Amino acid sequence: MWPLFEIFIRAKNGLDHKHVGSLHAADAQMAIENARDVYTRRLEGVSIWVVESKHITASDPKDADPFFKPAEDKIYRHPTFYDLPDEVKHM
Amino acid sequence: METLLTAFQLPDLESRFQARIDAEDKIEPKDWMPEEYRKTLIRQISQHAHSEVVGMLPEGNWVTRAPSLKRKAVLLAKIQDEAGHGLYLYSACETLGVSRDQLIDELHSGKAKYSSIFNYPTLNWADIGAIGWLVDGAAIMNQIPLCRASFGPYSRAMIRVCKEESFHQRQGYEIMLTLSKGSKEQKAMAQDALNRWWWPSLMMFGPSDQDSKHSAQSMKWKIKRFSNDELRQRFVDMTVPQAELIGLKVPDDQLKWNEERRSYDFGEIPWDEFWNVVNGNGPCNKKRLADRVNAHNEGKWVREAAEAFAKKQAQRTDSKLKSN
Repeated sequence: MWPLFEIFIRAKNGLDHKHVGSLHAADAQMAIENARDVYTRRLEGVSIWVVESKHITASDPKDADPFFKPAEDKIYRHPTFYDLPDEVKHM
Repeated sequence: METLLTAFQLPDLESRFQARIDAEDKIEPKDWMPEEYRKTLIRQISQHAHSEVVGMLPEGNWVTRAPSLKRKAVLLAKIQDEAGHGLYLYSACETLGVSRDQLIDELHSGKAKYSSIFNYPTLNWADIGAIGWLVDGAAIMNQIPLCRASFGPYSRAMIRVCKEESFHQRQGYEIMLTLSKGSKEQKAMAQDALNRWWWPSLMMFGPSDQDSKHSAQSMKWKIKRFSNDELRQRFVDMTVPQAELIGLKVPDDQLKWNEERRSYDFGEIPWDEFWNVVNGNGPCNKKRLADRVNAHNEGKWVREAAEAFAKKQAQRTDSKLKSN
């Protein structure tokens, strides 16, 4: 079986490439051509990235809590944390 | 990992899993999930993928005989969409740890099922209209709630499918509309197609609720959101006025508007026929599977050639890098 590729598409210039799905292909060039046929039949994209799925390293969902939680109590990273008088403008 | 779980941990994982489902959280491939949930999804998503792929066959029958270049281009585009839908679904299914080869083998060996509707023949051009209008219409009815299925990859695949499917239904209805405004013979063709496709389309929603063996658990897991009978009723209520609008008659003598229920009452579905086709004895079961297996075998040399070419290209790039 041909290797699996993850497909990323830029919907229009100025936007990020976004993951849209995956497909099997013999090589990266074929993955791009097939991604064109599968994911952009209705002008959904102006640019395609492909990467073999085995090259993606992902965070482990089992560790999601300890991994992401530390950000939870750092509300001072958000602008709304700071109480300023209403008279202050442009801030 | 699974083998390390003690008898104490498992119920805990299961109840946490169900709590996530109840809270409408999506389950992603690497998350813990009960084995039965995984199996149910593999069965349902692969059946769905197989249906998209086999569904290309009855329509392919009319590509070379479409009545105009426009109709031919539209039909080709629709068939290409079905191939794409098959691919989205196979990919979603593979995230559950099953390989594409395995899935294809199960289809080709007859172990996996696909929607029985594709075991009916497409006898005249109007059948292409009826398929788009009724078969894709019923499919949309089934698929819209699946966009909210609890398994992330399935839900995302369904959103993509649904976006594309509405063109299929509209082009089908437009074929029926055009035929119904045509000559007496053309209108008769449209009526004939409706007569043959109506009941099989209603059967697409699956057995009646009391006979549907997987329904209750699938609802609890939020893979399914509405019962087979609920969706079937909605389809009838939506479709009957569409038939009336183009002067066609739904082939059911018991069909009647029920003011109290604000819904149509309709006749008994021929369940014997349904089970007969599900069990492999429909008009085209053998042909569909044989065509599918043939296409796969005939494409073998292409797949091998592409693989050999890719290998050679990779070697060339390697040796170039070394010589630099």
